[in-house]
Amino acid sequence: MVRLHRLRGSNLIEAIYRFLLYVVVITGAVIFGIPFYWMIRTAVMPAWQVYIFPPQWIPAEIHLETFREPFKVFPFALWFQNSAMIATFNVLGAAISCSMVAFSFARLRTPFRDTLFTIVLATMILPEHVRLIPTYLLYVKLGWVGTFLPLLVPNWFAPAFFVFLLRQFFMTIPKEMDDAAYIDGCSPLGLFWRIHLPLSGPALGVVAIFMFTGTWNDFLAPLIYLSKIKMYTVALGLRLFQGQMTTNMRALMAASLLAVLPTILIFFVAQRYFVQGIVISGVKG
Amino acid sequence: MATAVHPLTWLSRRPMRQSTREAIYGYALMSPWIIGFLIFTIGPMIASFVISLFSTDFLTKTEYIGLHWYSAAINDKLVHKALINTAVYSFVMVPLSTVIALMIAVLLNQGIKGQSIWRTIYYLPSVVSGVAVSLLWRWLYQPDVGLFNSLLLKIGIQGPRWIYSEEWAMASIILMACWGSGAAMLVFLAGLRGIPTQLYEAAKIDGADSITQFFAITIPLLTPTIFFNVVMNIIGSWQVFTQAYVMTQGGPNNATLTMVLYIYRKAFEGFVFGYASALAWLLFLLILIFVVLALRSASTWVHYERV
Repeated sequence: MVRLHRLRGSNLIEAIYRFLLYVVVITGAVIFGIPFYWMIRTAVMPAWQVYIFPPQWIPAEIHLETFREPFKVFPFALWFQNSAMIATFNVLGAAISCSMVAFSFARLRTPFRDTLFTIVLATMILPEHVRLIPTYLLYVKLGWVGTFLPLLVPNWFAPAFFVFLLRQFFMTIPKEMDDAAYIDGCSPLGLFWRIHLPLSGPALGVVAIFMFTGTWNDFLAPLIYLSKIKMYTVALGLRLFQGQMTTNMRALMAASLLAVLPTILIFFVAQRYFVQGIVISGVKG
Repeated sequence: MATAVHPLTWLSRRPMRQSTREAIYGYALMSPWIIGFLIFTIGPMIASFVISLFSTDFLTKTEYIGLHWYSAAINDKLVHKALINTAVYSFVMVPLSTVIALMIAVLLNQGIKGQSIWRTIYYLPSVVSGVAVSLLWRWLYQPDVGLFNSLLLKIGIQGPRWIYSEEWAMASIILMACWGSGAAMLVFLAGLRGIPTQLYEAAKIDGADSITQFFAITIPLLTPTIFFNVVMNIIGSWQVFTQAYVMTQGGPNNATLTMVLYIYRKAFEGFVFGYASALAWLLFLLILIFVVLALRSASTWVHYERV
């Protein structure tokens, strides 16, 4: 009897605990979600409602035509095209160069390999701004300032973070595969091309997603290197909106929403890869 | 190079030749990184230091001035301001966002229903970082009709002027950064899953309550993950730029002037490349000191033995 009673008591505590847990999780989720709601709310509400005090939570009417406004004022579609193009090139470049380099670090015995890999790790923690000015001056010399090249070329030379990430992945492929391939007459290149690369789809997916969102969100590099408005990326273009549209908050929020949409879509489509990438890079690191 | 050799011939080769062959392939595949490292990393770093010894705008004059820029930086009031601002940002944001991320991760790890949905909601803000988010938060902070002051008004508080006030501007930027804690949360969540459940069962048998379990098992076993996150976060936080540039332009009254923003202004608005390079190197050394200190401290609090 006593035991049963105690059990019932602990069940009650357990139930209260679960209830509070859900309350906290839901409250937190609401807090994290509200800024997104405010963005959508501002974009779709009628103009007269935006600046009334106290602020209104529910739009009186839904005005989807606000989403057309960014395209009227600026070459917004062109900016999307530019961002998408740069991001695609960077994804390709990073995937190709990093997988080669990572395979070499993971599987081929070369002199000084471990020392070199330590350098790779060290460059991962290297702040970007130390090399900013000389690389800028280099691009000036090469006549690349004002073109897309400064935003593309460095990513074809194996960004350290992705080398690290792919190497961690290649290390998990069983060594016996290598031996079998060598016995069958594969060269190291064949081993890379026929065995490791086909197996590394998920890891390359991680690289693609991180590179894409990184390029899409990048602001400093486009700010420094791009000058013609027609060549702007979405992130840089938004800055221009800010100057032009301080009074038109609806259009600014509509533009911001459109700007973050591709990364959000990619996140939902490839959520698994995001999680996996963070696990590979964060936990095993 | 021996490329089209019959497999048997290849196998019969002496090990020495095999390793040479592997090394050639190894370096060939590694070459993009080696070339990139020379051109885009080590070269510019050296160049950056050399430039910092000159007074130059690369157009009209170039003059060797030794360590003048470094002594100028030490006496520059704006450098002090930028250093203090960035330090405040780093030392408040890093612990705060780490604790928030850890709390959310632990909550979501309690066998909660619909975990992936909650995880998505908490993680999403960190996916959309950058200009759009800065513009959104500028609007949220709007003192009269913005979200925050509207909420505060509901509970009878007259909210501050956020990014428009010298006292609150940096706090505003830190708060916004905490909204992006989701990335660290995901890492912690993965780390929590890696802790063997037997440990908790054993602790339960020994009569440890959940709070003791948390501090005796969860935290110690999570320290490598926490450590990795904190180090990466420190490095990132000292380079804060976009938020300060887009939301406040470093203002009001330089309250949000950060080091990278100041470097950017000196280099790309003032064209004082020597000074900007000197500042970049000083900031680099500072970050390096913090990273080394963090690594040194690791042995005292990070548990590396895996169970």
